Amino acid sequence: MRHPTTILATLLLASAPLAAAGGPVHVVYWEKWNGFEQQAAQAVIDKFNASQDRIHVDYYDATGQIDRKVIVVTAGGDPPDIAGLHEQNVAPFADAEALEPLDGFIRGEGITNEEWLSRYYPVYAKICTHGGHVYAGISTPAVMALYWNKTLFREAGLDPDRPPRTLAEFNDYSRRLTKRDPKTGRLLQVGFLPQDPGWWPWIFCEWFGGRLFDGKHITFATDPKNVEAYAWIQSFTKFYTLDGVKQLSSEFGPWASPAAPFFTGKIAMVFQGSFYENYIRQYKPGLDYGMGPWPENVPGIRDFAMAEADVLTIPRGARHPREAWEFIKYMNTANPNARTRDELEGAELLDFLQVKGSPLRVWSPYFTNHNPHSHIAMVRQLSSGPHVVFVPQIGIWQEYYREIIASFDKVRLMDATPEEALDYSQNRLEASWVRYRRSLERHGQWAALGEKPPQ
Amino acid sequence: MTRHERKQLRSGLGFTSLWIVGLGAFTAYPVLASLYYSFCDYSILKSPVWCGAENYNQLIHDGLFWKSLANTLFYAGLSVPLGTIVALGLAVLLNCDMRGKSLYRLLFFMPSIVPIVASSMLWLWIFNGQYGLMNGFLDLLLRPFGLHGPAWLADPEWSKPALVIMSLWGTGNAVVIYLAGLQGVPMELYEAAEIDGASGWQRFVHVALPSIAPVVAFNAIMALISAMQIFAQAYIMSEGANGNGNASDGNPARSTLFYTIYLFSTAFQDLRMGYASAMAYILFVITAALTWIGTRLSRGHYEDAV
Repeated sequence: MRHPTTILATLLLASAPLAAAGGPVHVVYWEKWNGFEQQAAQAVIDKFNASQDRIHVDYYDATGQIDRKVIVVTAGGDPPDIAGLHEQNVAPFADAEALEPLDGFIRGEGITNEEWLSRYYPVYAKICTHGGHVYAGISTPAVMALYWNKTLFREAGLDPDRPPRTLAEFNDYSRRLTKRDPKTGRLLQVGFLPQDPGWWPWIFCEWFGGRLFDGKHITFATDPKNVEAYAWIQSFTKFYTLDGVKQLSSEFGPWASPAAPFFTGKIAMVFQGSFYENYIRQYKPGLDYGMGPWPENVPGIRDFAMAEADVLTIPRGARHPREAWEFIKYMNTANPNARTRDELEGAELLDFLQVKGSPLRVWSPYFTNHNPHSHIAMVRQLSSGPHVVFVPQIGIWQEYYREIIASFDKVRLMDATPEEALDYSQNRLEASWVRYRRSLERHGQWAALGEKPPQ
Repeated sequence: MTRHERKQLRSGLGFTSLWIVGLGAFTAYPVLASLYYSFCDYSILKSPVWCGAENYNQLIHDGLFWKSLANTLFYAGLSVPLGTIVALGLAVLLNCDMRGKSLYRLLFFMPSIVPIVASSMLWLWIFNGQYGLMNGFLDLLLRPFGLHGPAWLADPEWSKPALVIMSLWGTGNAVVIYLAGLQGVPMELYEAAEIDGASGWQRFVHVALPSIAPVVAFNAIMALISAMQIFAQAYIMSEGANGNGNASDGNPARSTLFYTIYLFSTAFQDLRMGYASAMAYILFVITAALTWIGTRLSRGHYEDAV
């Protein structure tokens, strides 16, 4: 025992149980929020921490490219216990073996994955899974909807309380809401511009009934509906003229600023997330606007919508995965009987404070009736439908997304026909998909491929 | 080796041991490891798997690799000569005997110490098609002809020239070095040329320029190396002007997809570290080759001039 290494090792071993017994386990939680969203998260964390004495969650602001940060620290072997990622990260991160599957924790609760996932609206349940495993819980959900400026509707002689209901009406409204300088012909206002905000150009393909990935193959250019969607996108440039679009778009300020085109009245209709209301309140208080469903595009589908979500994951190598799961479970549970603000728990408390809807199927009376979101019923309606879509679960999504944006730019800037642009991207993506599958095979990840290893 | 020399060697190694360890751990090892990874299928989260020259072979057939290289060479081809001309011109002006010389030197140097993020945000506003200073000025000239300034960063045709213009703003470092070089030119040479009837321009071309040729070559080569690695301003301004959350693809329409941006997105978005390592080595070879060519050419010039 006189050897210094032995003494040190003994002291360390002896101190470990003392430390565990001395206080709660500290769970490191990285999240991408700041401002009021961070404050809301902190309020929920405080409530969780106060609800028991075994676990203490510590919130760390990792705003800005959190996904890159998480990858780097995970590769370095020192990840946070909980990482607040985006829904599009789930499949690529799972394939990269950067996430711990939650299946074992769910089984530990005495339920199956399906039973656990049944708490969510279908689209959010799908967001949490990849390759038959659960990798995430939801922190806050969002659903995209049509926003329209009622003042501009009135000025154009349109009923401000009746948004377009079909694609034909949408196109017609868009043209009627377009204004030009009578002397110079310069665009002063447009009804709709596909590039604003430009975050989800792929959604137009889905809205037109197209698919980007059929589970086995890239279908970007091979699905005629996608080509149709891109032709529709290009039709706006043809109508406004390329110079007109360039000039008008150069006048746009950042989307989260008073100079955003929807706030300045340069664009009358946008597709935006349910979170947009928070930004309207902040940057254009008093804006007379409406929020409604996507116009019917595929005959018979009147409840099309797109969902996205911030998700809670446990990176591979996290030091306290079990405690992290306890917090994720809390954040994905609510008190269905809450009748006061103080009785709100978990998901509902966070979403209430962040002025958002809940991803859970069951909403408490207080959350339903007192939600500060002025269009909460619409948010719920859009979230719950069977035709809500989200990003394709494919490991090369980052690359796919960049190709979508590139082809979108080519088409809207009249650099290529929709067929040319999509064919170019299709060729690149097919090659990438082959390479990606080969890489998974090399690393023996047959499960990610949905296949059995060769005998 | 004598005992004294061995002792000196041990002392020397002892004093430099920290640096040697630092160099080995943080420079030499990553450089060598990335060379190995460039021949591997490697994502940083999984063990590297040897794949031979596959990454290099794919690069040759990768259209975006060539596009990003072409964008980078376009930028370097414009920004390096223009930057050299502007910096040299400013240095010549600042070398003149005039009032407030120190203030002017300070003013021209200051932009080069502004952080790249701050200057990028500033230039985003300058290049704003509607409210920007650039078009505000251009419109005064163009409006009589019924024309309007371009949309700059939102227009694929003008986004790279916009970044070249921005690069001229940061020539302060080069100006200071040129100025030091010009001040080292012996006055007798100017006086002799003047006695021989040389004009101001002739004195600059035949006296000053040959005298500072090594300085010009040094600055040009450093500017070339820097231009080949353009990243931060393009990354920030591409997103700021086009705002679709996809800064790593050189928007609009990949017109500002520079080599290092493509390398970054390949490494940290697609998690293809092996492929990105291969890209890094190719960039190293290209930059080294251009530097060698530049050095050879400038040496020829310098020797001719002397």
